[in-house]
Amino acid sequence: MPTEILMPALSPTMEEGTLAKWLVKEGDTVTAGDVIAEIETDKATMEFEAVDEGVMGKILVTEGTQNVAVNTPIAVLVEEGEEVPDLARDQALAAQPAEPAAQPAAAAPEPAAPAKVEAARPEPDWPDGTKTKKQTVREALRDAMAEEMRRDGDVFLMGEEVAEYQGAYKISQGLLDEFGSKRVIDTPITEHGFTGIGVGAAFGGLRPIVEFMTFNFAMQAMDQIINSAAKTLYMSGGQMGCPIVFRGPSGAAARVGAQHSQDYAAWYAHIPGLKVAMPYSASDAKGLLKSAIRDPNPVIFLENEILYGRSFDVPMLEDFTVPLGKARIWREGSDVTIVSFGIGMTYALEAAEKLAEEGIEAEVIDLRCLRPIDTATVIASVQKTNRCVTVEEGWPVASIGNYISATLMQQAFDWLDAPVINVTGKDVPMPYAANLERHALVTTPEVIEAAKQVCYR
Amino acid sequence: MAARKTTAKPNVSPEELTQYYRDMLLIRRFEEKAGQLYGMGLIGGFCHLYIGQEAVVVGLEAAAEEGDKRITSYRDHGHMLACGMDPNGVMAELTGREGGYSKGKGGSMHMFSREKHFYGGHGIVGAQVPLGAGLAFADKYKGNGRVTFTYFGDGAANQGQVYETFNMAALWELPVVFVIENNQYAMGTAMKRSTSTPDIYHRGNAFGIPGEMVDGMDVLAVKAAGEKAVKHCRAGKGPYILEIKTYRYRGHSMSDPAKYRTREEVSKMREERDPIDHVREMLVQGGHASEEDLKAIDKEIKAVVNASAEFARESPEPALDELWTDIYAEAAD
Ligand SMILES: Cc1ncc(C[n+]2csc(CCOP(=O)(O)OP(=O)(O)O)c2C)c(N)n1
Ligand SMILES: [Mg+2]
Repeated sequence: MPTEILMPALSPTMEEGTLAKWLVKEGDTVTAGDVIAEIETDKATMEFEAVDEGVMGKILVTEGTQNVAVNTPIAVLVEEGEEVPDLARDQALAAQPAEPAAQPAAAAPEPAAPAKVEAARPEPDWPDGTKTKKQTVREALRDAMAEEMRRDGDVFLMGEEVAEYQGAYKISQGLLDEFGSKRVIDTPITEHGFTGIGVGAAFGGLRPIVEFMTFNFAMQAMDQIINSAAKTLYMSGGQMGCPIVFRGPSGAAARVGAQHSQDYAAWYAHIPGLKVAMPYSASDAKGLLKSAIRDPNPVIFLENEILYGRSFDVPMLEDFTVPLGKARIWREGSDVTIVSFGIGMTYALEAAEKLAEEGIEAEVIDLRCLRPIDTATVIASVQKTNRCVTVEEGWPVASIGNYISATLMQQAFDWLDAPVINVTGKDVPMPYAANLERHALVTTPEVIEAAKQVCYR
Repeated sequence: MAARKTTAKPNVSPEELTQYYRDMLLIRRFEEKAGQLYGMGLIGGFCHLYIGQEAVVVGLEAAAEEGDKRITSYRDHGHMLACGMDPNGVMAELTGREGGYSKGKGGSMHMFSREKHFYGGHGIVGAQVPLGAGLAFADKYKGNGRVTFTYFGDGAANQGQVYETFNMAALWELPVVFVIENNQYAMGTAMKRSTSTPDIYHRGNAFGIPGEMVDGMDVLAVKAAGEKAVKHCRAGKGPYILEIKTYRYRGHSMSDPAKYRTREEVSKMREERDPIDHVREMLVQGGHASEEDLKAIDKEIKAVVNASAEFARESPEPALDELWTDIYAEAAD
């Protein structure tokens, strides 16, 4: 049976090309793999190999022909001794252009987050009457890991100085003693490598907790976090889940300069496939970390060095968890909504106290998670207060505040009585000098000022 | 096929040898078909063919046991076929269809099969190396005796994360075979222009990882080396490096005109060192197969490959709502 040889596409973008040269002539025998022609694509001159064997029956497109559309028959291959078919067909008739792909229905510009959440109510995350104890964020994080490691033998902790040194910030205190060196593993200083090993272990069925001494150093591992951990479930059509937690401090500590002072909330919140939590209180640190460890997805868990030593009420419950993706209302108010997360909550709450003295009642919302992000709670609040200020330590361009503002504009425009103001860290690398650093960070007076501005006061 | 030593005492039976012939031929014919479908515009994007390197995966699969894992780069079609994944599912992924291993969402470079313990298909050069060590970490943690084959190229061997991984794999004695598929080029860069020393496997010395150079055009040599490496890993002695010298006949990807090497270099390899011709010759010379037998195999393989192409053309494109699935896994509870 004669076989048509078609003009090949030889690059991802090629639609037509020049048949530069034939390297065989009619009557020649060809076998699979023989170079039969040279073809100029939009990028280069390529050799074109035969995929079938036979005899060149007829050359349909002569060499030197330009603008030959992909899929146009350029020659006919026949079997040994076979007649060349009568080629009445119009050679100029190029292959029909491929049908245009169906346009996808206009997709809602919604983030790929699990189902919508209901707006939060201003209640604590534990039942009435539950006993609480004062605990630091540091202790709460340690307890969360210990409880989950007791619960599931596949959970292990790896990172620099997590075992024998008990953690660079003493978060893993006591874990080596309780769980042994098989499950609490000191790594070399090799972020890219151990992050990849952690992700591979998660593909292999374990539930790693990878501690970054600080998230500044995770930039060396960014490729493994995003390209491997976040995307593989999708790229595998749902086969390769990656249950892993990346945790450690993010944001400015104090006087450690530009390379050690950076808030990564907006970076990771950008990535579909990741979940991102950033707790403020000890109870949230505990409850969210336990949920993160149980979650079947990669979770970025952003802590804060300054908050590690702060104490909060933590419920004395056997198994206390906080769901990922649900905001918490810390303070009810009717005049303005202040939205923050992580250490930004310090300024937000402080500002609310001061504003109350001046007769402005602020509602303060802690997002707690940045992906999925609980915009429902923010919108419900703004429908009441009609004004909103966001507070975060990160930089202003492409910030979490920008996203909240855009969401409010799209979904609560009619309720807004003033433009939303984003209070952020200054748009500069973090300076070292004490006075400059103070100015680079968010300050409580800036939050107060913004709140007054949206209230036209 | 000029003078070439065949392994003195083949470590295989005629049946096994015939099976390797079949497996290698399947990869070759599959890749030729993929190239053809690419030319017709049915396959898009990057498409890296494995033609010439078939003996590497077929030899190593012959050394693997059920449950062992494998992970590789974007040049992954051969690995998938060799570990028993369905040619239909692989080809349909290449055409971006619903019937593909990733439902059309991964493409040539990103395919996976939990069932066959194939962990991808990774598009970032070198990224699969720590991932492979992590799979081995999980196996060691579980104490299940499994070994992971972690494949990467001569180009990837210059990535820093490879050496970070060598260090940890040796330190923690992970059961991983690092397979360097040295096809002598990273895109257009010949190895000697990128790599400070001629033998990559020597780099394992710095970490106390044993290794060796293997003739990757000889499936039996690959199998023998693979068996040795696997034995080392299963005995709990940590990682092992196999630097397998091989050659890719085609360009780096479909759009590579391959002007960085001469046509003579390629045809010399094809004519003198072809791994499939080698086995074919052993079968014929050893009297294990007649020309007729081999023709029958060829025909059979052609039918499988044609069927996969047919399947890959007929399988529908993924439904549009697939855009929004598989981004997050649901909690099992
Ligand atoms: C980190 C990274 N850098 C560059 C590339 C582009 N790239 C893709 S393949 C390749 C060459 C790799 O060669 P080698 O490791 O020898 O593997 P081979 O293609 O020969 O199988 C390059 C530079 C990439 N995918 N990832
Ligand atoms: Mg190479």
